[in-house]
Amino acid sequence: MTVGLDRAAAPRRTLRHRLADRGIDRTLWLVLPATAFVLVLFVYPFIYGLELSFQPLEGGGAFANYKEFFSDPYLRDTIWKTMRLALPAAVFNVAASVPVAYAMRGRVRGKRTITTLLVIPITLGTVLTAQGLIMYAGPRGWLNRTLTGLHLIDQPVVLVHNYTGVFLSLVITGFPFAFLLTLSYLSGIDPALEKAAATLGAGSWQRFRKITLPLLAPGLAITFTLAFVLAFSVFPSAQMVGKPTGATRVISIAAYDAAFQKFDYSMGSTIAMIMAVIMLIVIALVMVWRATLYRGATGGKG
Amino acid sequence: MSTMTRPVTEPEARTSPDATPRTRPRGWTVLLWLVVAFLFVNLAALVLSVVVDSFGTRWFGTWLPESFTTHWYADAWHEFALSHVLLVTLEVALAVVVVSVLIGVPASYVLARRSFPGKRVLMLLFVLPILVPPITYGIPLATLLYRWHLAGSMTGVILANLVPAVPFVILTMTPFIEQIDPKIEAAARMCGAPTRVVFTRILTPLLVPGILAACILVLVRTVGMFELTFLTAGPSSTTLVVSLYNAVFAAGIRANQSVDAMATIYTASMMVLLIVALRFVNPTQLVTRVREEPTE
Amino acid sequence: MTAGVSSGTSPAGPSTSRFAELRLEGVGRRYGAQTALEDFSLSIKGSEFVALLGPSGCGKSTALNCLAGLLPLTTGSIHLDDRRIDTLPPERRGFGMVFQNYALFPHMTVRKNIAFGLQMQKVARAEVARRVDEAVALVQLGEHQHKMPGQLSGGQQQRVAIARAIALHPPVVLMDEPLSNLDAKLRLEMRMEIRRLHQDLGLTTVYVTHDQEEALSMADRLVVLREGVIQQVGTPQEVYEQPVNSYVAGFMGYRNLIDVDVTGGDAEHAVVEGGGLRLTGANRGVRSGAAVAAIRPEDLVIGETDGNGIEVTVRIAEYHGRELSVEATTEQGRSIYFRTPERVAPGDRVVLGVPRHRVLVFGDASAAREAVRAGLES
Ligand SMILES: Nc1ncnc2c1ncn2[C@@H]1O[C@H](COP(=O)(O)OP(=O)(O)OP(=O)(O)O)[C@@H](O)[C@H]1O
Ligand SMILES: [Mg+2]
Repeated sequence: MTVGLDRAAAPRRTLRHRLADRGIDRTLWLVLPATAFVLVLFVYPFIYGLELSFQPLEGGGAFANYKEFFSDPYLRDTIWKTMRLALPAAVFNVAASVPVAYAMRGRVRGKRTITTLLVIPITLGTVLTAQGLIMYAGPRGWLNRTLTGLHLIDQPVVLVHNYTGVFLSLVITGFPFAFLLTLSYLSGIDPALEKAAATLGAGSWQRFRKITLPLLAPGLAITFTLAFVLAFSVFPSAQMVGKPTGATRVISIAAYDAAFQKFDYSMGSTIAMIMAVIMLIVIALVMVWRATLYRGATGGKG
Repeated sequence: MSTMTRPVTEPEARTSPDATPRTRPRGWTVLLWLVVAFLFVNLAALVLSVVVDSFGTRWFGTWLPESFTTHWYADAWHEFALSHVLLVTLEVALAVVVVSVLIGVPASYVLARRSFPGKRVLMLLFVLPILVPPITYGIPLATLLYRWHLAGSMTGVILANLVPAVPFVILTMTPFIEQIDPKIEAAARMCGAPTRVVFTRILTPLLVPGILAACILVLVRTVGMFELTFLTAGPSSTTLVVSLYNAVFAAGIRANQSVDAMATIYTASMMVLLIVALRFVNPTQLVTRVREEPTE
Repeated sequence: MTAGVSSGTSPAGPSTSRFAELRLEGVGRRYGAQTALEDFSLSIKGSEFVALLGPSGCGKSTALNCLAGLLPLTTGSIHLDDRRIDTLPPERRGFGMVFQNYALFPHMTVRKNIAFGLQMQKVARAEVARRVDEAVALVQLGEHQHKMPGQLSGGQQQRVAIARAIALHPPVVLMDEPLSNLDAKLRLEMRMEIRRLHQDLGLTTVYVTHDQEEALSMADRLVVLREGVIQQVGTPQEVYEQPVNSYVAGFMGYRNLIDVDVTGGDAEHAVVEGGGLRLTGANRGVRSGAAVAAIRPEDLVIGETDGNGIEVTVRIAEYHGRELSVEATTEQGRSIYFRTPERVAPGDRVVLGVPRHRVLVFGDASAAREAVRAGLES
C-alpha cells in the first residue's frame, strides 16, 4: 500500500499514525488470499480474454473479430435472439414472483411447506427439465394427449424444440430464484407500514400500489439483475429444448462453438467479451434506474 | 430490556383483528393459488414423466409404458461410470466448499469489520464473478488452464468452480459477520487472545450456522454448475451434470431412458442436498443476506 | 509476553500497583475528516480511579479504545512508566476491559467466560480453577457460575463482565459506561461494588460515563471532555466547585445560565446585569461585554442574600421528598430553577437570593447551553 505524504501533518505523526488514519492495519492481510485468488482466476483470465479477442486467428487487424461478429448476421443475430429470450424470461419471473410472494407474506398457514415446494424446481437442473419438457409437452406427451382427449385441440401444440421450449425451461429454472429473492425483500418491509396505510383509509390495492411496491422496487431491481444473469447465460436448454441452429441460437452457443468446435479461442473470447459488455450495460441500466428510487430504510427487520 | 417485551403483546393482541384481513383469503389470492396449483401440477407431471420413462421398458404413443424395469439405472450406472462420476462430483464439491470457506471467510471478516481505501473497488471485484455469466470468463479461463496444463484435471475443475464460489461465500458471510457484536472480539483481545485464537475460539463457534449455510449453498451451486465444469473437465474429471449433458448428446447411440435415469439420479441427489440445506437455512433468509450486494 | 501481568498478587487486601504512571501524550484519533479525539494528554497514577466524563459523542469511548489498543492512534503515544505501549496490540497490553453491553462470549458458560483470559496466559489448569473461584466469589455469582450468559439478568451479566476483566489481575481496568444498561437501584449497588473492587484489588481504573453523579461519586479524578478536547482535569471537588468554563459548569449542574452583560467589578468579583436582573458573582475571567452567570438550583435560597435578589413567580413545583424542585420565571419571562424545602405553590411570588461566591461569571455563553442540553438528554 502506498501512502501519500501528508505535508500538513505534525512531525510527530509517524507512518504508523498515518496508516491508522486510513484504516490500514495488519488485519487487512486476511483479505489478501481472496483478492489474489480473484485477480489470478477472474481478472487475469478476463484481461487475457480481452487481449486474445484482439488477436484474430486470421489476422486482419486487432478489431477483425469484432468486425466479423457484427457483420455476420449469423453471429450478430445471436445477441438479438438471446435478448428476446432472456429479457421476457427475466421480466416474467420477477413479475410472477411478486403476487406469489405478496400472498405469502405475514403469517400464512403452511408457509414453509409452500416455500419449499416453490423452491424445489431449483434442484431439477436443466437436463431433467429439458427431458421432462420433451416427454411431457412433446407431441405424444401427456399434455397433448390430455388436450386432444378433451377435444380442446385437434393438432398437438408444438411446445418444444423452439422458442417456447427454451422460454418454459428458463421459467422453470429461474422462477424459484426470483421468488426467493422477492420473498426475502418483501419480508424486510415492516408490515406496520401497510397497517398504518389501512388506518388512513387505503384499500388493499392502494396499499400494495402506494406503499409496498415502491419499497419493494429497489429489491426488484436486484432480483431482475440476477434473474437476467441466469437467463442471459442460457446455454444447455437452448441446445436441448430449443432450435440451436435457428431461433434459439443464443450467444453462448456461438461462443462455445467458436472456442471449442472451431478451436478459434480468439473468436470465442471476442464473443465472451461482447457478452460481458452487454451484461454490464444491462446491470448499469438497472442500477441507474434503481438509483432514482427511494432506497432508505424499509422499516423492517432486515 | 426483556421486561419491555411483555406489555407490547397486549396492544398487539388488540390490533390483530385489524391484521386479519391479510390472512383472510381474498378473491385474487384464491385465483392466484389456483393458477399456482395448476402450474405446479403440470410441473409435477413433467417430472413424473421423466421418472416413469426411466423405469419403463418401451413407451410410445400410450399413456404409460408397456412394463416397468430398473435396468436403465443399472445400464446408466455402468455405461457412464456413475460411481466414478459421483465420486469425482463429491470430491470436487467438497474441495470447492473447503477452499472457498478458507479463503472467503477471512476476507468477509475484513470487509465486515474494516473500512479502508479501495474497499468499494474490492467489493465490486468480489461481486463481478457472480454478476457476469460464467461462460464469459469460463472460455478465457479454460484456455489459460490448457496453457497451464491444468485443464482436464481435477485441479482445473476445482479452480474454475472456485471462481464464483469464493465471492459467493464472501457475499453471504459478510452480512453474517456484521451482525456479530465486534465488542465480543474486542473483549477476547482484552483477555489476551491473539488474532488466531480470536478466530478459532470466539468467531468460529459463533459463525458456525452461517458457515454451514454458505457451505451447503456452495455445494448445491457447485454440483449444479454446468458451464465452468463443462469448459474445464476432461474424461477423468467429469462431474454428474457434465456427464449428464454428454449423455444427452450421445443419445443417438444410447437409450433415452438411460438419460432419464441419470437425470433422475441427479435431481434426487440435488433434492436431498436442498432439503438438508433447508433444515439449516430459512429459505427467505438465504437470499436476504446477499441482497445488498450489487449496490456496492 | 503479556505486558505487566503478574499472577503473584493476592486479590484480597490492597496490593500495591505494578506501575507508577500511565501516560498519554497528545493522543488523537481521526475518522476520515472528523476528529473524534484531539491532543489528549493525561497522566494516570497507579491505583488511581479516573473518570472520563462528557455528553454522548464527545469521544469518551474513542479515548478508552485508544488506551486499550482496540483503536490505533492517529497521533500521539502512550507510555506505561518508560515503556511505550501504543505500538502493542491490545492482547499484549494486558489491560482488562468491561464493555457497556457486557460483550460476554455467548457460547461459553459464566465460568468459561471468566477462565478465558487465564487460559490465554497459559495458566495451569488447577490455578485457573482457583482464580475463577476467587473471581466468582468476588462478584457473588456462585450460584450462577454454570449458566450461559443468555440466562442471566443484566446485573448478573455485568458482574460476569467485571469478573472476567479482573480475574487476570490486570494492572489497568478500563470500563466503558458499564452501568448504563442497568436500572437505577442496581446502578447504585454496582457503583459501590466497583469502587470496592477497585480499592480491594489495588486496581488502576479508567471509567467512562456520561453521568456526572456517577463520576463524582466514584472517581479520584475527573476528565471532562467536549468534542474530543479535554476541558478540565481535577478531583471531583475541584471540578464540581471550580469549573473552569461554562461548559464544565453546565455539565456539573449549574442549570441556571443567565445571559448578562458585565457592568463593573474587579478581578475577584463581577457585577453583571441583564434581563432586569443585577447580580454580583465570582469573576471567572471576564472583563466586560457579554457573559453568562451560572447558578446551581440548590444554591438559590428564598430571601435576598449578599445583595443578590431575583424576583420570580413560581410556575411548576415538583415534589422531591424533602424539598421541592421549582421552575419559576422572572418578570421578563426568563426561567429560573431552584430547590427549596419551603412549600411554594404555582403563582407564588418570591425573591431568591444567592451568595456571591455561588454565582460564577464566565465569558462563553453558547458552550454552557450546549452542556446543559447534553446533560439533560443523557
Ligand atoms: N467508526 C467510526 N467512524 C466514524 N466516526 C466515528 C466512529 N466511531 C465514532 N465516531 C465518531 O467519533 C465521535 C466520538 O465517538 P465516541 O464513540 O468516542 O463517543 P462517546 O463519547 O463514547 O459517546 P457515547 O456516550 O454515546 O458512547 C462521535 O462523533 C462519533 O460519531
Ligand atoms: Mg461510548
